[in-house]
Amino acid sequence: MSAAEAQIRNYTVNFGPQHPAAHGVLRLVLEMGGEVVERTDPHIGLLHRGTEKLIEYKTYMQAVPYFDRLDYVCPLNQEHAFVLAAEKLLGIQAPPRAQYIRVLYDEIGRILNHILNTTAFAMDVGAGTPLLYGFEEREHLLSFYERLSGSRFHAAAYRVGGISQDMPEGLAEDIIAWTERYPKVLNDIESLLNENRIFKQRTVDIGIVSTDTAMVWGFTGPNLRASGVPWDLRKAQPYAVYDQLDFDIPIGKNGDCYDRYMVRIEEMKQSVSLMRQAIEKMPKGPVRVDNNKITPPHRPEMKKSMEALIHHFKLFTEGFHVPAGETYTAIETPKGEFAVYLIADGTNRPYRCHIRAPAFAHLQGLDVMSKGHMLADIVANLGSIDIVFGEVDR
Amino acid sequence: MNQALKDLGDGIVAALPEHVTAVEQPMDELVLRVHTASLPRVLTYLRDDAQCQFKQLMDICGVDFPDREKRFEVVYNLLSLKHNQRVRVKVSVGEDEPVPSAVGVFPCAAWYEREAWDMYGVPFADNPDLRRLLTDYGFDGHPLRKDFPLTGFVEVRYDDNQKRVIYEPVKLTQDFRSFDFLSPWEGMLPGDEKATK
Repeated sequence: MSAAEAQIRNYTVNFGPQHPAAHGVLRLVLEMGGEVVERTDPHIGLLHRGTEKLIEYKTYMQAVPYFDRLDYVCPLNQEHAFVLAAEKLLGIQAPPRAQYIRVLYDEIGRILNHILNTTAFAMDVGAGTPLLYGFEEREHLLSFYERLSGSRFHAAAYRVGGISQDMPEGLAEDIIAWTERYPKVLNDIESLLNENRIFKQRTVDIGIVSTDTAMVWGFTGPNLRASGVPWDLRKAQPYAVYDQLDFDIPIGKNGDCYDRYMVRIEEMKQSVSLMRQAIEKMPKGPVRVDNNKITPPHRPEMKKSMEALIHHFKLFTEGFHVPAGETYTAIETPKGEFAVYLIADGTNRPYRCHIRAPAFAHLQGLDVMSKGHMLADIVANLGSIDIVFGEVDR
Repeated sequence: MNQALKDLGDGIVAALPEHVTAVEQPMDELVLRVHTASLPRVLTYLRDDAQCQFKQLMDICGVDFPDREKRFEVVYNLLSLKHNQRVRVKVSVGEDEPVPSAVGVFPCAAWYEREAWDMYGVPFADNPDLRRLLTDYGFDGHPLRKDFPLTGFVEVRYDDNQKRVIYEPVKLTQDFRSFDFLSPWEGMLPGDEKATK
């Protein structure tokens, strides 16, 4: 047999769309040279629901729940981006208490997301126990979602101009109690993973993304910070009340899978502290702007006042009109920069609402990240960049 | 009005007078309108100039304005970590008019351009891999265009006889409802016909 004949031909492997490590409905077409990945071609869109098109046919208030369904691991964070964009076009600002509640629930969302990502990532590379530990805590956090909004996942709690309802009594105390308990659980999870030999063999020096590569491929959030860039929109372009809170931005050094994991673990600790600060500093007061053209009147008032009744009826049929204009409003969701490019034409419906999803850019970077790695490392890379298909496919 | 943004915009116009057609600042955000052909030049300048350093391309999206002569707008959102600024670059293109690809300047433009092509049918010249991205394999049409119906044209179901998923024209059991809140009354009111005579 000659040398040319012995040479292994490149072949393609289909990874997904039904694969437990594909984190949803991802289909990867892998070009392999032996067991080494030469090229990764993600085929996405299997969860495409036309969110942007649907929003064009809904009023601003009806558009909010669609944002829960993008990144369904941390629903409220995305609603925040949309309500901020609409508030910017309307020229209003939510009352201070609403802004604190939003920060509190954004940080709950961040922990929800990071628990799922770090522990599911650990399971992808062989450690099953952390997921079970983490999911118990996720349940507690989801019950806080439920107590604010009535539903565990698709909360639809934020409104243009505030929050749909104030936090019920006793909720703040329970959240504080949870923040006291959680660091111990996090410590348990860390003790299972941080110095675990198998975990480190699977993650250290795998999928290294240099600072330049991360910038060029549009990485944001923990993935960018793991590559050593101290960039966080909560610090750089503060929204809500983040400028009044004290927190640090953890960054990584090597930009490998292990750093991306560690950055998320550290971010959870910061989020716990932010939740406590938000509750401590939270002022009393209304949670919606006092303008019945934008937010509904209170129920008792509606029973007595004709005007309030008319406002209520008009608001829930026609909705409010947003003056013509456009804005690109970005916030720091757990996965990175999530932005809403909103174009209003003066009617009660958005003319165009483009959604910039961080995971979309990260998934595109998977190819550069994985070139020359083994097939098994694709799973580690995919787990470490934190993909949720709700927002990639929109 | 934000003075730093205004200075930045003025500086860009002064450096690229024949490329930038207008500078706007809606909502304290810097927007540059540029000629379609100038796009790679402008993006390269924004990326490399010391005052700009917009090294991250965050987003590309299309917008459809069916009433305009040049129907589509392609919008580029850039971010500068160095100066903590954002800029938006816009080009207007007609139907089937190709836009020069930004892949040479920002590699991550590849997927965003594929998405814009998929959703609006804006072709990007020299994008090395301009396949559809989000829609189904073999999808026909560009769904985010304003003249594309919300319901689409086809629906799928599993056919038990053929033992496979088949495509059929959309059948709505209830008419698609779109409420018009801009004109106070829908259609004609009794007696209106007298007024028009």
